[in-house]
Amino acid sequence: MDDLLRDFLTETNENLGTLDTEIVKLEQNPNDPGLVGSIFRIMHTIKGTCGFLGLPRLEKVAHAGENLLDQIRDGKLIPNEQAVTLILESLDRIKSLLSVLEQTEAEPEGEDADLIQRLNDYASGKTAAAPAATAAPSVPLQALAPTAAEPEPDEHGFVPVPAHKTAAVADALASQKPAAPPVPAPQPAAPPAPAAAKPAPKEARGEVAESAVAASSIRVNVDVLENLMTMVSELVLTRNQLLQILRSQKDSEFSGPLQRLNHVTSELQEGVMKTRMQPIGNAWSKLPRLIRDLSHELGKKIDLQMHGQDTELDRQVLELIKDPLTHLVRNCADHGLERPEERRAAGKPETGRVNLNAFHEGGHIIIEISDDGRGLNIDKIKQKAIQNGVCSEAEAAGLSDQQVAQFIFKAGFSTAAVVTSVSGRGVGMDVVRTNIEKIGGTVELKFQRGKGTSFVIKIPLTLAIVSALVVECSGERFAIPQISVLELVRATSGSETTIERVNDSPFLRLRNRLLPLVSLHDLLRLGEDRGVDASESFIVVTQVGTYTFGIMVDRVFDTEEIVVKPVAPILRDISMFSGNTILGDGSVIMILDPNGIAAASGESASMGEQAAAAHADERTRTESQRIALLVFRAGGQAPKAVPLSLIARLEETDAGTIEFSDGKPVLQYRGKLMPLVTIDPSYAIRSEGRQSILVFADRNRNMGLLVDEIVDIVEERLEVEMNNVRPGMVGSAIISGKATDVIDTAHYLSLAFGDWFGKSDSPFGQSHSRRLLLVDDSPFFRNLLQPILSVAGYEVTTADTGTQALSMCEAGREFDIVVSDIEMPGMSGFEFAEALRRIERFRETPILALSSHTHPQDIERARRVGFTDFIPKLDREGLLASLNELSAGARVAAAQ
Amino acid sequence: MSNALVPAEQTGAVKAAGADIANDFVTMMVADQLFGIPVLTVQDVLGPQRITRVPLAPPEVAGALNLRGRIVTAFDVRRRLGLPKRDADKPGMNVVVDFKGELYALMVDNVGEVLSLSADSYERNPNTLDPRWREVSGGIYRLKGKLLVVLEVSRLLNIKRGAGAAEAA
Repeated sequence: MDDLLRDFLTETNENLGTLDTEIVKLEQNPNDPGLVGSIFRIMHTIKGTCGFLGLPRLEKVAHAGENLLDQIRDGKLIPNEQAVTLILESLDRIKSLLSVLEQTEAEPEGEDADLIQRLNDYASGKTAAAPAATAAPSVPLQALAPTAAEPEPDEHGFVPVPAHKTAAVADALASQKPAAPPVPAPQPAAPPAPAAAKPAPKEARGEVAESAVAASSIRVNVDVLENLMTMVSELVLTRNQLLQILRSQKDSEFSGPLQRLNHVTSELQEGVMKTRMQPIGNAWSKLPRLIRDLSHELGKKIDLQMHGQDTELDRQVLELIKDPLTHLVRNCADHGLERPEERRAAGKPETGRVNLNAFHEGGHIIIEISDDGRGLNIDKIKQKAIQNGVCSEAEAAGLSDQQVAQFIFKAGFSTAAVVTSVSGRGVGMDVVRTNIEKIGGTVELKFQRGKGTSFVIKIPLTLAIVSALVVECSGERFAIPQISVLELVRATSGSETTIERVNDSPFLRLRNRLLPLVSLHDLLRLGEDRGVDASESFIVVTQVGTYTFGIMVDRVFDTEEIVVKPVAPILRDISMFSGNTILGDGSVIMILDPNGIAAASGESASMGEQAAAAHADERTRTESQRIALLVFRAGGQAPKAVPLSLIARLEETDAGTIEFSDGKPVLQYRGKLMPLVTIDPSYAIRSEGRQSILVFADRNRNMGLLVDEIVDIVEERLEVEMNNVRPGMVGSAIISGKATDVIDTAHYLSLAFGDWFGKSDSPFGQSHSRRLLLVDDSPFFRNLLQPILSVAGYEVTTADTGTQALSMCEAGREFDIVVSDIEMPGMSGFEFAEALRRIERFRETPILALSSHTHPQDIERARRVGFTDFIPKLDREGLLASLNELSAGARVAAAQ
Repeated sequence: MSNALVPAEQTGAVKAAGADIANDFVTMMVADQLFGIPVLTVQDVLGPQRITRVPLAPPEVAGALNLRGRIVTAFDVRRRLGLPKRDADKPGMNVVVDFKGELYALMVDNVGEVLSLSADSYERNPNTLDPRWREVSGGIYRLKGKLLVVLEVSRLLNIKRGAGAAEAA
């Protein structure tokens, strides 16, 4: 069921419950204006929400009820028994409508004209209500008749099915044609039916109308959850302590019950955490409306884009950042974005963009709010700062733009020339910062003159239970969040992994790279006494953003689940620690903050970071071209090559075991017949001796390619040349100094199985040509993928740069799906995807990333810039599966 | 030991005078000086504890300890007052106070009993008092044969101001 609808049902049922008692009170106490007011408000809320949700029938009834209440409120009518009966009747009607709504997610068909008529008549002072009051008990019968009659199969030929199944169908139906008759209620036993079957007294009807949705969710005070969470955290810690004791005692009779306690505690912890987590989208739900109103009010064209709505965070944190977020978005729209004419003059599209993006990073939630507006007006901020006495003119002159920009976080600052109703009253940014810092977060401001402003909010997950690595240095233990640990390396003097020093700065050679090291001992000034043999140390390879470095420690213990507790305010200035916790043995331990360590490992860190990033970039570029190739010989002397990752297995068999079926060679392989193909038709299959076979696999089918000899596996930079390409060849390249043919696997796969791709990829039994744009700078991959994709039923267009692809899309070419490489010279895949998402038509188009780097951070980044999926390069099966899924998804979407 | 510090009859006399609870102090000894903290701010009195060092922390912060699942910051009162370290063989005690929702364990030599003191015996900080002491002291109570220095927890824990003094010393 739709969240909105569920909330509505819960809330309305609650409200109705209140109304019932209030109205009865009103009857006894007709002159209480407060009571009338509150009843009126509730009715008004119901009416308003119904209108908003598109529930006309409910809205009408509520409206009529409200009318009557309005008259009472204004003192034009006295809430006598008749009036109260009428109002209660309208409430009953609303309840019965709601119960049908809950079952079918659609309003039942029917008219409430009689009831509305009587309500209106009474409201306008006509006396027609008198007979109606006596007739009242029979009215619900009529009203309910249509619902009761519905369970029989209707003209759609529907048969009653369980409610949960009908829900989805009803959804689809409702969205297609709102006027469609609702799906039949599952069984005649549905709540309205018994009420219809026998005229029950009012109280009984009230019971029947009790909502199942309302009963399945309750409102709980956050404090209760908060308390629960604290208790569970303590329970987890105690459990850890118990387990630790148990570990030292073999064969304890407690082990059984403790294991159970362990499981139950874990589940409890998970459950409690879940109650507190909410998608950040909840905090954003009001923003589209806000932006819409703003764009009207300010005469600007604003496009709000939101990414990462599903990012979950603690409910309480969510509440606390709601207002700052709203404020920032409002500021972006109001201050940041220019008017359409200004934008046109600046050569920008008329529609300004406000981007909202949320994602998890290293135990934090990052929320980015950015616009593509004019940036900050530094001169104005300077003036204002001088005017407000924040700094002197001389000081201001010496400040960098970024430093000046920070002034906007000071109290009483507003640079908006005109105070609009929206912003510019100078209360805000300081409050935003204070609120974010209150929950231990930071807000960062970046801007580019004329290009836009962006705020990056980083909020720690203070309540989260995280897994941490416990290390020791100079006799002190510390915890490092597991999430930022890449690997552990033991370095000993004299061995291959040894710490080398350049001007006293330690480094480690790690897989042909120099890893900068920081000594925890030195960094934390742990004193002279090392207490441990200095010739051996452990290195915790840690990653912060793009910066990878090693932390030198003396010992490494276990990983442990810890509850991060904030450090005392008196210690909050120490950036090395993100918190502290109590370990299983009851001792307090400090949790190291890799960000702080990275920042504190000297000024060189930031430079090192850039250098490392640049280095990584370079590596990426070269590595993307280096791929593992299997070099073999088959038919002729020229060596041939195929990317190793396309091969499932290498087999060698006795040539005598090759059989022929329908004139084609086959081999009994793993209990099945595997078709064999030759490199070209003239290839002579041996009749004796050993035969080498390259096995290609797809799902549960295999194909063998007969080759003379497997020469080598090499990792080479591939520069494929395309001249003289025969079928079955992608091109030729120089591998190990020899001209080598690179074979086209797709060609052979389709030789073995005509339907290799086709059949499995058309689960709907219909052939459909979907337009696919393939962006890859490497001609090799383009040529490798194009046939595969074509065979899979896509109409493939290729582009060799992101820029080219983007201009195709901008020029109005339509594509149903885009597959793009990440590492490309010029515009990278990330930039391309981001740019593509800005084009209105391509906002929903699936974009797949192909990359030889499948580091979680790359995937995260890909997702952030708008890629739908991330697939390792050369994972043909993964690519096809993903394409298939997306196409299927798109088809379903199109069918709706 | 605490009985020796404060004669019993005096305690009784003050209590009889009907002083309200706001004038009740937990007494403690630091380097032979008697100190007092308003009883309502004190959460707990603990014996010697295992304390985890916090590197890079201000020198007054001795570390952190676990009090029934809550992390408490251990605060070295001697250090704050510019006194020499306690002898290693004397275990010392901790007075846990609540300050702005956070718990701090004030590390002292010894904890005595709770005294009710009358306002008559109260004096403001004499000017001749060491500035560092004046900074943390809320005043002095004249007891029989002893002086009790009232520790102001908020000022005691505000080491930002104290840091300068510590450096200067």
